[in-house]
This record gives sequence, C-alpha cells and structure tokens, in this order.
Amino acid sequence: MWHILKYVARRGRVTEPAPEPLEGARRPAHLIHHEILAILGRALAIRHVDAGSCNGCELEINALNNPYYNIEGLGIRFVASPRHADLLLVTGPVSRHMEVALRRTYDATPAPKLVVAVGDCGCNGGIFGESYASCGGVANVIPVDVTVPGCPPPPAELLAGILAAVQARPPSGEGMAAQEDFAPGFN
Amino acid sequence: MEFFGLDCRFERLDAPVPIFGARVHAAQWSALALAVAEAKGRLVSLWGSDERAAGDGFAVSAAYATADGLLWAKLGLDAAEPAYPDISRFFPAAIRMQRAARDLVGIEAEDEGEGGGDTRPWLRHGAWPADYFPLRIGNTGQERFEAQADAYPFVPVEGDGVHEIAVGPVHAGTIEPGHFRFSVVGEKVLRLEERLGYKHKGIERRFMGMDVDEGARLAGRVSGDSTVAYAWAYAMAAESLAGAKVPERAAWLRALLLERERVANHLGDLGALGNDAAFGFALAQFSRLREDWLRLNHECFGHRLMMDCVRPGGMARDIDAEACAKLRSQVTAIADEVAELKDIYDEHAGLQDRLVTTGRVTPELAVRLGLTGLAGRASGQTADLRADFPWPPYDGLAVTACSHRNGDVAARVAVRFGECFASLRMIDALLAGLPGGAVHEPMLVTRDGVGAGWIEGWRGEVFVALETDARGRIVRCHCHDPSWQNWPVLEHAIIGNIVPDFPLINKSFNLSYSGQDL
Ligand code: SF4
Repeated sequence: MWHILKYVARRGRVTEPAPEPLEGARRPAHLIHHEILAILGRALAIRHVDAGSCNGCELEINALNNPYYNIEGLGIRFVASPRHADLLLVTGPVSRHMEVALRRTYDATPAPKLVVAVGDCGCNGGIFGESYASCGGVANVIPVDVTVPGCPPPPAELLAGILAAVQARPPSGEGMAAQEDFAPGFN
Repeated sequence: MEFFGLDCRFERLDAPVPIFGARVHAAQWSALALAVAEAKGRLVSLWGSDERAAGDGFAVSAAYATADGLLWAKLGLDAAEPAYPDISRFFPAAIRMQRAARDLVGIEAEDEGEGGGDTRPWLRHGAWPADYFPLRIGNTGQERFEAQADAYPFVPVEGDGVHEIAVGPVHAGTIEPGHFRFSVVGEKVLRLEERLGYKHKGIERRFMGMDVDEGARLAGRVSGDSTVAYAWAYAMAAESLAGAKVPERAAWLRALLLERERVANHLGDLGALGNDAAFGFALAQFSRLREDWLRLNHECFGHRLMMDCVRPGGMARDIDAEACAKLRSQVTAIADEVAELKDIYDEHAGLQDRLVTTGRVTPELAVRLGLTGLAGRASGQTADLRADFPWPPYDGLAVTACSHRNGDVAARVAVRFGECFASLRMIDALLAGLPGGAVHEPMLVTRDGVGAGWIEGWRGEVFVALETDARGRIVRCHCHDPSWQNWPVLEHAIIGNIVPDFPLINKSFNLSYSGQDL
C-alpha cells in the first residue's frame, strides 16, 4: 500500500484541459461539466458499439479513459447497457452480421438519443467500403448526429465530437418535456 | 528441398525468414500433415482459393511451422467437386479454418475417419446464402442479399441444475463483438462455446484486384492493434514476391516499430488486467504510460498506432537524430516505471490471489491444441520467430523467448512484463546502432508471382500469403492471425473457473476478433 501511495504521489496529476467541441482549443473541465449538466440535466452516459471495426478505433476510445483525458471528471462515463445511455458511440463499417445487433441497440436506447459515428469506417465505410459483408457507414443503418473522421481519430478528437453532439441537442428542459418515454418503466 | 522424406520438392521463397512452398497431391497433403504433427510442428494457417481464372480448379493451402522454417503446401482441387482430406485430426485448430474456407470459397474438408466433423458454417451467418461463395471468381463481392434466418446450433449441455448464459455479440465494455455461450452450474463454468464471425467485413475479397501497394493499407487494418506486424508481414510477402531487398535502415526501423507496438499493447493489457482484478491504480498508471508512448509515436512516426509506416520496399518515412534521442530517453524512463509497477504487482497479495491458478492452460493442453504466441509461451511453449529464425536485424539482438510454465493468468502477466523489458532493451539497441542510408527502394511487382511473410507480432505469429495475376494485381491475399489458434483454447481455459473471472481470463489472452473474422 505504502509503495502504491508513494508512486501515486510522485506522479501527481496529468489531466489536461478538454478540447473545444470539434476544434483544437482547450477548455477547463468545470465549464464542460457545467454545460453537460445544463444540456442533459445529468452526467452523459455513453454506450460504445463496435459494429465491425479493425479494433484501432477501440484502442483510442479506451485511451479516453486514461488520466490525461479524464472524461469522468467532465461528467462523461461509459455504461454497460444501451438502456442507460444518452449517446451511442459507434465504430467500424457496419458489418452485415452486426446490422441487426446495431439496430436493436439503437432501439433499446431511450430517446432522446444521440449517435456519434467514429472513424473513417464509421463515416463512410472507410477502406472496407460496402460489399456482400459490409453495410458501409453507420448512417446506412441508424441515424447519425455527428461523425468523427480519422483512422483512427485520436482521443482528443473523439472527445470534441462527443461534446459537439451534446451541444447540438436542445437544453434538457424542452427536450425532456417532449419525451414521453422519460418515465420510469420505459422499454 | 525435400522434407520428412516426402517425394515433393519445396522451393525456398525469397524472404528473410525460411519459407518454402510446394504443390502437393492429395496423398502428400495428408502425409505432410501427419509428418509435421509427429515432428511436433504447428499448423500456422489453412485457406482456400479459386484458381479457375488461371486455368486450374480450386486449391487449398496449409502453412506449417517446422524446425526448418515455414512450409506452404498447396493442393489443387477439382473444379466441379472441390474437396480435400481433413487435417483436423492432426491439428484441432484446423477445424474453424476449414469451416471458414468452405464459407468463403466453397471447398469441403472430407473426413476420412468416423465422420461427424463439424460442418456448421463459421464466418457465414445470415448475411448471404449457403450457395454464395464470395471468393469465387465469378462473384464480384458486391452482391447484396436479404438477411437469412440464422439459427446456429450450439452444443447443448444437459444435467441437473445446468443453465446457459448467452453473452453478446454486443458486450458491456469497449471491446469487439462476439457471442459466448456458457453452460454453468451455480457460478462454475462447465463449458463455453464461442461463436465469432460478427465482424466479417469481406477483407479477403477486398484484396482481390488491388495493386500491391494499395493492399498494404488494407493489410495494416486487419487487426488495428497489430498494424505493424501485419504491415511488415504483408511487405515481406510483397518483397519476396518481387525478389526485392529492403535497405538495412528500413529493416531496423521496422523492428523498432514492431517492438514499440509490442510494448504499447503490453502496457495497455497490464493496466486492463489489473483493473479486471479490481486494481484500478494499475489501469490509471499503465494507461498513462501507454498514452506517453503513443504520443511519441505520433511525434516521431506521424501516427499514434504507427499505421501505414511500413510499406512494400521499405518505410514510408524516416526519423531524424532528434527523434532518436527522444525515443531513447523515453525507453529509459518507461523501463524504470514498469520495473516499479512490477514490484507493486508482485507485492500485492490481493491481486496475485485473483491471478494465480486462474484460467489455467497446462503445457500438455497447449501442445495438443496448438496454443501459440504470447499465450503459448505462458504455457511452456518456446516458439518465438525472433529467436527461432532471427532475420535482420533480430540476428544481432540475441532474442530469447520469454517463457513460463504455469499457464494461468499470472503467467500471462509475467510473460508480458518479461517481454516488455526485453523489447525496451531491443529498442534501445536498435536506436543505438541504427545504420544510415535510404529507407525505401522502389520495387517491381512480379506478374503471376507468389510471396509470403511471417512475423512475430505481439500476440503471436502473423502470416500473409500473397499471389498476383498476369497483370501484377492481387489475385489472392490471405492474412492469418494467431487468434485463430488461441480462441478455441480459451474455451478450455475457462472450464472449472467462475463466470465473474471470465473477463479477466479473456483479457489475459486478449485475442483479436477482427483479425479472425476478416
Ligand atoms: S477508421 Fe481506421 S482505425 Fe477505425 S476501424 Fe476503420 S480502419 Fe480501423
């Protein structure tokens, strides 16, 4: 234990400010946290769905959890079920074999829901394109709000894309009122 | 050259590792499989191809690892009824590969014994009909079909109190999709059956008709976590096909990248493994080190994962003296940190308690099932291409395989630590002795050529077989991931363990879905 504490104390904090939505500039965490709360009324819950990637995009999504990006500090967390999610983060060209699973995941996500398509593959099928085995980009299967190009997009760009999707959504008051299924027991 | 007293001549391909190719007939096909199995060789890969465009029928190929190198045997098959002798009785790992070859090319493995081989589709789910074979030359790969009903018959387990847990294809974490069917009593797993193929996106069909340079980009995206290993294996295949030599500096830089890829993955896995055993500190620290590592990749090579850096003929870019200095000083810093973290792992009784004896694969089972790569080395195997067939620059690095006999999660953690230190040492040596000169040499692609590449990636051996047509375009490119061998062994590793330990055991293998689904 002592060893662990010493190690932690010596390394200190490495967290960096978060990027501006879809741009390069950095913003302090408390502003973003505040904004997410204002728009969503709660922390942002993300469900990741790999619909057929090469797994390169997954490596960068995983990197978002490292202390440099510290997304939990921004009020963003990854959840295990689409039923708990506000946003689906979808990677890969959608393989024909994942088409149904992706649709079902989308249907299981309570409205209002956001979809961010990740990587060149998620945008338009990328190098794998469309074929007997691939549906191409995510938008060919479910509605997409924001696309984040790159092969794979680095974590800061992923984060900027996620923030852009949140900002594009109406503030929670109006959004929620219109949502019938924002009631216990939906789905 | 002749092998095992078989009456067929193998020709050595022009590759820096010993790879030999031969066309065999059916009797030799089976005799070779038997001889390799008896000599304790391994099946590396099995795949099919349609050669009717060149006036032949179909073909099936098998690649074996032997003490002398890799043997690639190709058997021509009848155009009307393409069938070949089943080799899964010698190599259980062949079962899924044979099923995949049938799904993609429509060639059948004929069981000469009792019968009862597994004839269920593997890569084909409901997306295309059973009589459509995407790699046959009459098909463009652009056909679209209505989704078919997809009722896959899992093997049932019966008994008092046995119930099934079905997981996937969409999993709870940020990992790739696949389906796991557990049969359990209480918490204890009696049987696990995997079903993969969800990520099949038609990579091998996509290669057909590409030019050789273009194919490099695709090969680098078979499994993103092994992009350097694939890009190098592919480049080696292209260069052996063209009879081209890469400049010395390029070979050294490739090894530098391959070892950096190994370290990056091991850092990621060591953190994730700690986290799966409820030791969040490990994830925070290792993921920090991994991020430092990837950022310097970006700075020096232009890409965090080093995609598209290796290209046929050499490297896409060079590094300067300043980058070398940065890379070297990072190696020293990371080595110190990893050494300290290893001490913390070793001292942590709670962590060790979760890792030791969990998900055990004995050396005997590993041999029988053909467990390969990193997981194989954690179960008493010693194969490591860098040590067994050291090609430049590994010939000057005195590589020894890191091996362990316990075969549990703790052993797979130990091998990762061991390999991490070894790779850091190699990276330093490579940077210290980096020769000068060009990093790329243009090459002329041979028409109707054959080439192969074989590389020890971080997960295990990556193999690429490449063939060109009369115009010099790709007629067939087969990419093989070591996950093919290791996925079936995971089904055994979990037996008798509890369900909540599955994520930990699974992570300790960390197999590729994309690499096997293609
Ligand atoms: S965008 Fe690139 S990294 Fe992401 S899945 Fe596609 S090929 Fe892989």
